[in-house]
Amino acid sequence: MNPALRLSDVSLVLGDGEELVTALDNVSLAVERGELVAVIGPSGSGKSSLLAVAGALTEPTSGSVHVDDDDLTAASARTKSRIRRERIGFVFQSGNLVPALTSLDQVRLPLTFGRVRDPREPIELLREVGMEHKAGRRPHQLSGGERQRVGIARALVNRPTLLLVDEPTAALDRQRSHDVVALLQREAHNHGVGTVMVTHDHDVLEHCDRVLEMVDGRLSPIAT
Amino acid sequence: MFLARRELWFARGRFLLMGAVVALIALLMTLLSGLAVGLSQDGVSGLQQVPATSFAFEQGVSTDSAFSRSVVGPSQVQAWQSQPAVRAAAPFGNTLANARTNRGVEIDLALFGVQVGSFMDPEVADGRRLGTGSDIVVSKTAADAGVAVGDTVTLEPSGTELTVTGVLADQHTFGHVDVGYVPLRTWQEVKAGVRAGDVVPEHVYQEFTAVAVEAEPGQSPDLTAGDAAAGTTSLTREQSYAASPGYTAETSTLTLIQVFLYAISALVIGAFFTVLTIQRRHEIAVLRAMGASTGYVLRDSLAQSLGLLLAATSVGIAVGVACGAAIESTSMPFSLEAGPVSAAAIALVLTGLLGAAAAVVRVVRVDPLNALGASR
Repeated sequence: MNPALRLSDVSLVLGDGEELVTALDNVSLAVERGELVAVIGPSGSGKSSLLAVAGALTEPTSGSVHVDDDDLTAASARTKSRIRRERIGFVFQSGNLVPALTSLDQVRLPLTFGRVRDPREPIELLREVGMEHKAGRRPHQLSGGERQRVGIARALVNRPTLLLVDEPTAALDRQRSHDVVALLQREAHNHGVGTVMVTHDHDVLEHCDRVLEMVDGRLSPIAT
Repeated sequence: MFLARRELWFARGRFLLMGAVVALIALLMTLLSGLAVGLSQDGVSGLQQVPATSFAFEQGVSTDSAFSRSVVGPSQVQAWQSQPAVRAAAPFGNTLANARTNRGVEIDLALFGVQVGSFMDPEVADGRRLGTGSDIVVSKTAADAGVAVGDTVTLEPSGTELTVTGVLADQHTFGHVDVGYVPLRTWQEVKAGVRAGDVVPEHVYQEFTAVAVEAEPGQSPDLTAGDAAAGTTSLTREQSYAASPGYTAETSTLTLIQVFLYAISALVIGAFFTVLTIQRRHEIAVLRAMGASTGYVLRDSLAQSLGLLLAATSVGIAVGVACGAAIESTSMPFSLEAGPVSAAAIALVLTGLLGAAAAVVRVVRVDPLNALGASR
């Protein structure tokens, strides 16, 4: 079976002229299905760039990116949009929920973007993340941790191969941070979703299967 | 519409405010439409209801004042009668007069002189049709103003006395003045300023305003050829409306106001959706990062503006129709008709949608990459 994510010798150079910045420097990474990989590192080290490249939000300067058997580097904008809709789930900082939607509608939302094969039942997902009792609440009526749980449910509704998680504990206290990352770990393991989590929070690394450190665009393993 | 419908409800205060602006514009459009139709009817309803399909005026006459300046004669009627596709041609006189009834009602009249028994001799709803030289048949609006069958109408300053023998079925006005049909000879005497007892020169009875031409059903006479044969300048009945006093000035002013309102509506709606789209940039970036296509976001935003426009326009028109019903009962020239009101509503929705489209097209430029990193 193909890895959920495979980056081969990926480089990303940003800016132009004399102001060139190497955000990713020959990064190679394979994330297996059901594996939760954490990427830590200082601000500006290239963590967000890694997510952007893996999520088909930006094109690498060189190297190749595969999500399952889909080659993102060769894909058109329309195909990338389809791959994001069908195979990738995003969990953003603070949840990034749509203010007008209830928790249940947040989870339904990705299913309105287009045809999704075999989606998960939104209310079941809310139950799984412990938010069924707040299915009718809007984001401003939820705590930070609750918003993240809804965001995780939303990212999983299309049964993604790959889950990309951007600083999920940035606005949470210690206990809620542990709860959210434990939830991510459970979902990754139970549903075979390859998960890459970018974080500053070293307290939650105990839940991760593998921890990598990004420094100046280079990725290196850390023993856990 | 999944997201559009929910956002309309969630931000209902904001959308209600914007909807109120659109509804006020729709209300203004409805009232303007009623005023435009009312003024138009007040100006030319007398012409709209004649059976003539065209009028042949004096050759070279200024077409915007043809009814007051043109003078033609019997030979031109004969020339038009012999034209192909012409069913009938008859003399037509048109002049304005001040009058007073024997019951003291003062009234201004547009006197239409017609040959009794010709196709221009009108049917009446009350009383009897034109007969002798002193008969006059008046518009329903004159009857509403207090002129009744059997009244004696005295024209000023000639003192010519006419007897009201009939009332027409509907509003017949010309240049905002009630129409009164009189026999052609009477009209010619009034036009020449003949007083009782005066000796009338023969040429007075050889002059009238225009030749009224009725086409054969389903056919169109060649007006250019007819004019060449008769030595006249023809206008179709619709073109002749512009020769009614003030008609062009009034309609062009109202049309200009309506066009400006459409433009203002497009600008206001465009500005609103521009601000809304800018405020939603991060949300749109998140949607696109999750796999929503540009088309999805565009459709959703346009559906939102269409929903707002349709609802607000409907409310504005409903209020406008209610106000219009109240205005119609006054003496103000105002008439609401389904056609012009519908056309105004459709134009308002389309121009509004155009403004919204120009604004929401910005979503195309939103980079999904903005979804990552620090956010609200």
